[in-house]
Amino acid sequence: MSSTVISHGAAHHDAHDHHHETFLTKYIFSQDHKMIAKQFLITGIVMAVFAMVLSILFRIQLAWPEKDFPILEVFLGKWAEGGRMKPEFFLSLVTIHGTMMVFFVLTAGLSGTFSNLLIPYQLGARDMASPLMNMLSYWFFFVACVIMVASFFVESGPAAAGWTIYPPLSAVPTSIPGSGLGMTLWLVSMTLFIASQVLGGVNYVSTVLNMRTKGMDLWKMPLTIWAFFLTAIVGLLSFPVLVSAVVLLFFDRSVGTSFYLSDLVVQGQILPNEGGSPILFQHLFWFLGHPEVYIVVMPALGLTSEVISTNSRKPIFGYHAMVYSLVGITVLSFIVWGHHMFVTGMNPFLGGVFMITTLIIAVPSAVKAFNYIATLWRGNIRFTPAMMFAIGMVSFFVSGGLTGLYLGNAALDINLHDTYFVVAHFHLVMGSASIFGMLCGVYHWYPKMFGRMMDTKLGYLHFWLTFIGAYLVFFPMHFMGIDGVPRRYYAFTAFPFMEKWVSVNMLITWAAIIAGLAQVAFLWNFFSSIWRGKKATQNPWNANTLEWTTPVEHIHGNWPGEIPTVYRWPYDYSKPGHDTDFIPQDVPFSETMSSNLPHDFEGNEEAIRIQNEWNKANNREIIEG
Amino acid sequence: MDTTEYKTEELLQSRKAKKFNLWLGMIGMFMMFAALSSGFIVYTASGVDKGIKTLLPVAFTYSTIVILVSSLTLHLAFRAAKLEQLSKQRMLLLVTIVLGLVFFAIQLHSWSVLAERGIYFVNNNASQSFIYVFTGLHLAHIIAGLIVLVRCYLGALKPIPFPDNQFRMNLAIIFWHFLDLLWIYIYVFLLLNQ
Repeated sequence: MSSTVISHGAAHHDAHDHHHETFLTKYIFSQDHKMIAKQFLITGIVMAVFAMVLSILFRIQLAWPEKDFPILEVFLGKWAEGGRMKPEFFLSLVTIHGTMMVFFVLTAGLSGTFSNLLIPYQLGARDMASPLMNMLSYWFFFVACVIMVASFFVESGPAAAGWTIYPPLSAVPTSIPGSGLGMTLWLVSMTLFIASQVLGGVNYVSTVLNMRTKGMDLWKMPLTIWAFFLTAIVGLLSFPVLVSAVVLLFFDRSVGTSFYLSDLVVQGQILPNEGGSPILFQHLFWFLGHPEVYIVVMPALGLTSEVISTNSRKPIFGYHAMVYSLVGITVLSFIVWGHHMFVTGMNPFLGGVFMITTLIIAVPSAVKAFNYIATLWRGNIRFTPAMMFAIGMVSFFVSGGLTGLYLGNAALDINLHDTYFVVAHFHLVMGSASIFGMLCGVYHWYPKMFGRMMDTKLGYLHFWLTFIGAYLVFFPMHFMGIDGVPRRYYAFTAFPFMEKWVSVNMLITWAAIIAGLAQVAFLWNFFSSIWRGKKATQNPWNANTLEWTTPVEHIHGNWPGEIPTVYRWPYDYSKPGHDTDFIPQDVPFSETMSSNLPHDFEGNEEAIRIQNEWNKANNREIIEG
Repeated sequence: MDTTEYKTEELLQSRKAKKFNLWLGMIGMFMMFAALSSGFIVYTASGVDKGIKTLLPVAFTYSTIVILVSSLTLHLAFRAAKLEQLSKQRMLLLVTIVLGLVFFAIQLHSWSVLAERGIYFVNNNASQSFIYVFTGLHLAHIIAGLIVLVRCYLGALKPIPFPDNQFRMNLAIIFWHFLDLLWIYIYVFLLLNQ
C-alpha cells in the first residue's frame, strides 16, 4: 500500500507546488510557515540590534553622567544638545529598550520564529491550521515594529513612562514630553502587536491539537512543542486582558474618562478627572505582564531541552516531569501577578497569598534546572555552539532564578522594589536566559531554515564574549540594588549616596559595549552563512525529531510524499543494543528489535510476545534497571 | 487510497482546525470582557459613591430580544443551507443581517437615553463609563459579525460549492451565537450591578 500512497501524495503535492508563486507571494506575503518563521526571525534580529543600541546609549549616560560626547549630537540632534543626553530622552530609551526586547524580540522573535518553524515540522503537518492567519500575524507584528520605531521621529519623542506604562504618567499627555504623541503611537503599536500574538497563538494551539501526524500522540511530542503549545495558551488567555487595559488607558488619555485618573495637578493646572484608580491599571497590566515573562522564557526552555538532549546523546532526564513542570508554570503564572504590586498598599494578607504562589513557582523551575543537569550528567556531550548557548541558558536561568526567591518575598521586596536588584534579576532569568535560548535555537535550526551551516568558530567567539559580558553587566547590579540604588535614574552624580556606584557603572558599560560588539560576530555569521555557509546535510546533528526527515530544500507541504508516521518518543539517544546512537521518531520498533525494551510497547501484548520470541531466538537478555 | 480521497482527508483536517481556531479566538475575546468585568468589580468596590447608580435603559431588553431572534433566524438559515434551499437561506440571512443592524441601532439609542439622564461617557464615576465600554466593545464585535454574515450572503448569492457554503455558514453561526451569548452575559452582569 505504502508505495502507491507515496506516488499519489507526490502527485498531489506537485500540483500544489505549481500554483504560480510570484516574488510577492513567496518572499513577502508568504503563507508558508517556514518563510514566515524566517520573517519573524530576521525582523526580531533587527529589533534586537536596535534595542541593544538603545541600551548602549543609556549605558553611556550612566557611566559618564557629567561628560559631553559631541558625537551623540550628530546622531541624536536635539535629544543630545551639546553632546549630553537629555533626561527625557534617557527615559524614552529605557522605555523603548524594554518594550522592544520583551515584546518584539523575546515574544515575537522567539516564539514567532520557532513555533512557526517547528510546530508543523516536528508534528508532521504540511503547514499551520490557518496559513492566512499566520501571515496576518507576521504583518501585524511588522507594522507594530514600524510604528514603534517611527515614534523616534515624533517631535515630542517616543513613549517615556517605562515599559509598564503606569498611569498617571502615561495617561496625562501633558505630564512629560514622552506622554504625548509618542505614547499614543506606543499604544497603537502594542494593540497591533497583541492582535498579531493572538492570531499566532490561536494558530499554534489549534495546529498542535489538530494537525499531528499519525502516531504522534501528545506524549510523543518533543518538549519544544509542549513549550510552544503552553506558551500559546498563556498568550491567548493573557494578551486580551492587556487590550482591555490599553482601551481604558486610551479613553483616559484621549476622551477624558477617569478610569485610572484622580486628583491630579499638572503644571499648576487641576485636572478634571476624579475617582479613578491607577492601581486598577496595575492589576490589569500585570495580569498580562507576569504571564508574559513565561511567554518569554518557556519557548527558550523548550528549545534548550531539545538541544541539550540531542547534544548529550542522552534521553532528556524526566520527560514527564519536564512536561508537568511546564504545565505547573503555566497555571501558576496566572495567580502571581500581585508580587509586582507588594508596595502599592496591598492588603498584607493578599500579599501573603501572592508570596506563597510566587515561591511555589520555584518548584517546577527547579525541577527543570535539575533535569537539565541530570541530562548532561555522564552524557557524551558535543559542544556545538547551540549546546554552549543551551548550557548558558541554564546558567542564567539558575543564577537569575535564585534572586527571584528574594524578590518574591513580600517583606524583602519593600527594600528591593524598584532597585537595580530587580533589574539584575529579570535581565538574567528572563532576558539573558531567553536570548540564549533563542540563540541556541538559531544555531541549532539554522541548517533547517537556510540549508547551510553557521561557522562554528565564530559561534564560540560569540558565545564566550556574550556569556561573560552578560554576567559582567548584570551581576554587579545586585549589589547596587541591595544598596538601594533605584532603577531609571538619569544621573548617579545627582545623589551623594549613589555617587560611589559610578565606577561600577563604567565597568558595566564597558562590558555592555564589548558584548554588543560581540554581536557583530553573530550578525556576520548569520547573514553571510545564508549564501556562503557550508551546505547542510539532511540531519546534521543526528537528531530524532521529524523536521530532519524533510529534504534540505524547502518545498511547499514539507514532505515530498506521505507524511512520516511516528512510532516512538523523540529522545531515543544512545539506546543500548542499537547500532547508531540515535533512532528517529519515524523508525518502527520492528526495525530496532535489538534495542527494544518491554516498556516501549505500552502494554501491547502481541508486540511484547513477538519481541520475546525474537529475544529468545537471538540470545538477547534484557536487564532493565 | 486515491488522490481525491487523500485531498479530502487533509481538507477535513484543516477545516476542523479552522473551526477550532474560531473557538480559541472566542476564548480570547471572552478573556477581554472578563478582564473588563473584573476591572469593573474592583473599581466599583473602591468607594460607596461608585457603581452604576441608575436603572439600565429599557431599550437593552428590546435589543436582547432582537439579537435572540436573529440567532434563531440564522439557525434557520443554516438549516436551509444544509437542505440546499439556497433562496430560503439567502432570505433568512438577509433577515439576520437586518436584525443585527437593528440591534446596533437600539444599542446606540440606549446610549442617548443614558446621556439624556446625564450619564455621560466622560464621568467621574467610571462605573458608569464602563457601561459604554462594555456595550461599545460588544458593538465592535457585532460589526465583525455582520461582515461575516455579509460574506455568507455573498457566498450564497454566487453560489459557492455546497460544502464551502455549509462550512462558511457553520463558522458564522458559531460566531453569531457567541456574540448573542456575550451580550446576554454583559447584560446580566450589568443588571446584577445596577
